[in-house]
Amino acid sequence: MIKRIFKPQRQSSQVINYVVLTLALLFALGPLVVLGFNSVKSTAEAMANPLGPPREIHLENYPNAWVEGKLSTTVRNSAILVAGTVAGVLVLGGLAAFSLSRLDPPGSNLFMLYMLGGSTLPTFLFLVPLYSLWRILGLVDTLFGLVVIYIALNSPFAIFLLRSYMVQIPRDFEDAARVDGASEIQVLTKVILPLAWPGFLTVGLVTALGVWGEFQVALIFVHVPDLFPVTTSYWYFTTRYSRDWSLTSAGAIMMIAPVLIFFFSLQRQFIEGLTQGGLKA
Amino acid sequence: MTRLQKIRHWFRGPTFRKKILPWLLILPILLIHLLVVIGPSLGAFYYSLTDWSGIGAADFIGLDNFRTLVEDTNFRKAFSNNMVWSAFFLTVPFVLALVVASLLAGLRRGAMFYRATIFLPYVLPSVITASIWSNLMNPRLGIGAQLAKLGIPFLNRAFLGNPDTVLLSVAFIDNWHFWGFLMVLFLAAMQNIPPDLYDSAKIDGANRFQEFWHVTIPGIRPTLLFMFMMIAIWSFLVFDYVWLLTQGGPAGASDVLGTFLFREAFNRFEAGYASAIGLTMSFFAILIIGLFGFLRRRGWEI
Repeated sequence: MIKRIFKPQRQSSQVINYVVLTLALLFALGPLVVLGFNSVKSTAEAMANPLGPPREIHLENYPNAWVEGKLSTTVRNSAILVAGTVAGVLVLGGLAAFSLSRLDPPGSNLFMLYMLGGSTLPTFLFLVPLYSLWRILGLVDTLFGLVVIYIALNSPFAIFLLRSYMVQIPRDFEDAARVDGASEIQVLTKVILPLAWPGFLTVGLVTALGVWGEFQVALIFVHVPDLFPVTTSYWYFTTRYSRDWSLTSAGAIMMIAPVLIFFFSLQRQFIEGLTQGGLKA
Repeated sequence: MTRLQKIRHWFRGPTFRKKILPWLLILPILLIHLLVVIGPSLGAFYYSLTDWSGIGAADFIGLDNFRTLVEDTNFRKAFSNNMVWSAFFLTVPFVLALVVASLLAGLRRGAMFYRATIFLPYVLPSVITASIWSNLMNPRLGIGAQLAKLGIPFLNRAFLGNPDTVLLSVAFIDNWHFWGFLMVLFLAAMQNIPPDLYDSAKIDGANRFQEFWHVTIPGIRPTLLFMFMMIAIWSFLVFDYVWLLTQGGPAGASDVLGTFLFREAFNRFEAGYASAIGLTMSFFAILIIGLFGFLRRRGWEI
């Protein structure tokens, strides 16, 4: 929620706010509107009129882009990557966060420090040796190999966020459960999980978004077209069809549609989740 | 006590509950990190001292890779491009985000709507942002060409094809997607400033600019400085937008350390040399963190 913190100014002095903010809004939305326009133009019209609204609606661009861009394969691959990574991050990150926030493992400060430092490490530092390791293990050109890397890359953020949610839950709740004879695992599933679920939702959303749009690691680790996720596949698609803007625009709209739907329906979780890191300071 | 009871007793006992179980829960993710991040990072230290194609045995050559690196004109070009990139990202998005966040904080209605929409580009995949803008900057069909038809010729140039403009054009595109994120962070920080500070500033007769300068900026200082550090680090890691839009071209004009390293490792199979570049990039990140740590010690309240 946005709290209004300044005393409302006189009506006239707000005009300049709205003017500047609307310009910022148009800057953000304009390119997306053009993308939407181009996605329903014919190829010829996209060349003749590349920025304006369409004169005729060509919805067949969408099924065409779906087929030409091999989206049925790549969407499936990306869905597997998203589901696997989100499940792994929530389960493994949740277990670690529970331990760190509740059970005070001896020496856990060192682990937290590593998580903090490790997340500022350039990924390229370990990607080169990792690629050789993955070759030896037979994990290059597998979705599973990519999921393992994504779990590692997304877990520091997940652990920090989940831990901060769990720390806020009053200890009395779980102590009551322990008095009743609950094991630590039961404390986690019956007490902590139901109370910390907004944290899990946020972590799930942010991780899913990151994996859906991830490019760099996928570019390095997957070279088989049948295993391409939407991102690398779309990039090759745009280089192949660089002169067919209507087709590539329709492909882009289909690729970002799930992102937009989730973003607008769960805006608050998205924005708070994505900005959490910077607010910790 | 039977053996089974003993085991059960031990699992319920303090040693297991207080010492072993906590680490058992951390273990799975720790193992993944050992495999993916920690092990290979340590490997990079060793491989940076070798001549290695990425497959098979690595020949130990001492510091030769680093000697080659300081002489390598491609490295120097990439490094100086990273500096330009840092200079851009430590100014342009900060100014945009500060101005827009402070205007948004003073808004009566519609603030949620503006915030979400301005933030929106941040959630788009980099491939999409790059594809949209490479079309918009197309010299024959993009914005510049369309404005030229209307008689406004000065934007009609090949921004991504010209060595003089390519780097800043890629930075502009990355920033289009990025600055809304910074804006939301600043907005959240501004909302934690106690309102009485603004009231007393008003009583003292401060105008809007003075309010901004003497109340807002000091109020969000921790966030401002933290993001200054993070962006300084991120600037050395940039890869996606440069690779997607130009792959470092034309003729290395937009090459950065990330794309330079990628080519060495995966196109030229100089994995040893690439490890040395990766290590150098990490060194810069540590240097920046160290610098901020030092300033903090000197009482900068970061």
